[in-house]
Amino acid sequence: MATATLEIWRGDATGGEFKEYTTELTEGMVVLDAIHQVQAEQAHDLAVRWNCKAGKCGSCSAEVNGQPKLMCMTRMGDLPTDRPITVEPMKAFPLVKDLVTDVSWNDEVKKRIKPFKPRPPDFEDGSWEMHQSDIDRVQEFRKCIECYLCQDVCHVLREHHMHDEFIGPRFLVYNAALEMHPLDTEDRREDLRKSQGIGLCNITKCCTTVCPEGITITDNAIIPLKERVVDQAYDPVRKLIQLVTGR
Amino acid sequence: MASGTTTSLPVRGSFGQTMRADNWWVQPVLVALGLGVAVLYLNVAAFLGEYYAFGNYLSPLYSPEIFGDTPHALFGPKPSIWPEWLPWSPAFLILWAPAGFRLTCYYYRGAYYKAFLADPPNCSVGEPRQSYLGVWWKPTTWNEQSFPLIMQNLHRYFLYLALLFIALLSYDAWHALWFIDPATGEETLGLGVGTLVLTLNVILLGGYTLGCHSLRHLVGGGLDVLFDKPVRRTAHACVGCLNKRHMLFAWMSLYWVCFTDLYVRMLSMGIWTDWRIF
Repeated sequence: MATATLEIWRGDATGGEFKEYTTELTEGMVVLDAIHQVQAEQAHDLAVRWNCKAGKCGSCSAEVNGQPKLMCMTRMGDLPTDRPITVEPMKAFPLVKDLVTDVSWNDEVKKRIKPFKPRPPDFEDGSWEMHQSDIDRVQEFRKCIECYLCQDVCHVLREHHMHDEFIGPRFLVYNAALEMHPLDTEDRREDLRKSQGIGLCNITKCCTTVCPEGITITDNAIIPLKERVVDQAYDPVRKLIQLVTGR
Repeated sequence: MASGTTTSLPVRGSFGQTMRADNWWVQPVLVALGLGVAVLYLNVAAFLGEYYAFGNYLSPLYSPEIFGDTPHALFGPKPSIWPEWLPWSPAFLILWAPAGFRLTCYYYRGAYYKAFLADPPNCSVGEPRQSYLGVWWKPTTWNEQSFPLIMQNLHRYFLYLALLFIALLSYDAWHALWFIDPATGEETLGLGVGTLVLTLNVILLGGYTLGCHSLRHLVGGGLDVLFDKPVRRTAHACVGCLNKRHMLFAWMSLYWVCFTDLYVRMLSMGIWTDWRIF
């Protein structure tokens, strides 16, 4: 029976270390299966958050061999087993225990974003007319499962700890889903520029690279939002045209 | 973190610190080398100020030749008011525009922030500075809303100029089809390897410029409803299609511009011979 060696981070906010566990491999096994096997057979107190095991709940986010990944979607067979596989918690959030981090900061950020504000209904029955071609763009953003891997890999949060100044890629995507919605009438550009720190994103596309849902975060959400902020704050010609034409 | 939080974040990593097992440094090193070599070549070619035209071919680094000594010059030789102490090259008058377009390009921004400022060196890799984009003697927080990086927001203005350059370079490619017959002195239609080089140059530059994120926004991306605007909806889709290959076109066009200049330069210096297809 083939085996793999896992180096799993064990500890809490006060400190910790990598501990080595060797476990048997079975066909089709994912990292989360291996972690559960270690938990069942060797480390009963190993803390790990998980739920759906299908890549849809976004609970089992961690760093596997230094790369932010969903443990349930990372096959052991795709990882090199000639050396230990490291599994550690996300770095952008406070550690609770072992592989579990406190991601509640994200919930607080979400509350700060102006909610959906639709235009008055188009019809007497309270419904609106929308066309699929206009909805396609925002539907991409609604695939987000809030695993926060993009927040974890974003160096503004991970390395610079600028959680007070920057809302991170996840919530720029959330803003984009609202801001580009064909029914929405709210204007979030001032918030994006002033309190949500869109200018801090320097477009390294790490968030796009790690997104398990394949959302093109940088090109389809962040850069279009940056362009909308330019419209509002940094384009004097557009300002002049708006002043003259009133549009 | 919000004030009052009692838990602390993990300690910041030091430069290059990562658990990544792959060769993460290869990408930024290749980008730094790729950009460095291209910028070096472009500077040398611009400062040389000669051997940039050959017959009906004009190097894209010198097009349009506003003032200069070749028949391509629009307004004759170097203006007499140009100070003697200031180096002169016809390229100085124009190259700032495409250079500004590339410098403020969203793709290049991400690439050179990584490759030259190591902010970050690569995804999930420790950085050399704790401050964001600051330098060791002046730790600060730069972002694209304060000087100097606020200038990145001028990208759309450079785009307008870049579109003008596409039109001018298209004319150059057309002009490269017309050769002077030495016997009669008349222009005749022909096709040389140089014609193909100049034509491919404008195609690649067009692919890069027309896939620009700012253009995508301006043609339709800035609107929430495009259903009732078929022209803008189509334009948005077309620019979006090119935008998916923006990085590819950015590199191909950058190096093909360099090669096009080299090709014309070698012809002009008599080192290479232009092969006429007809």
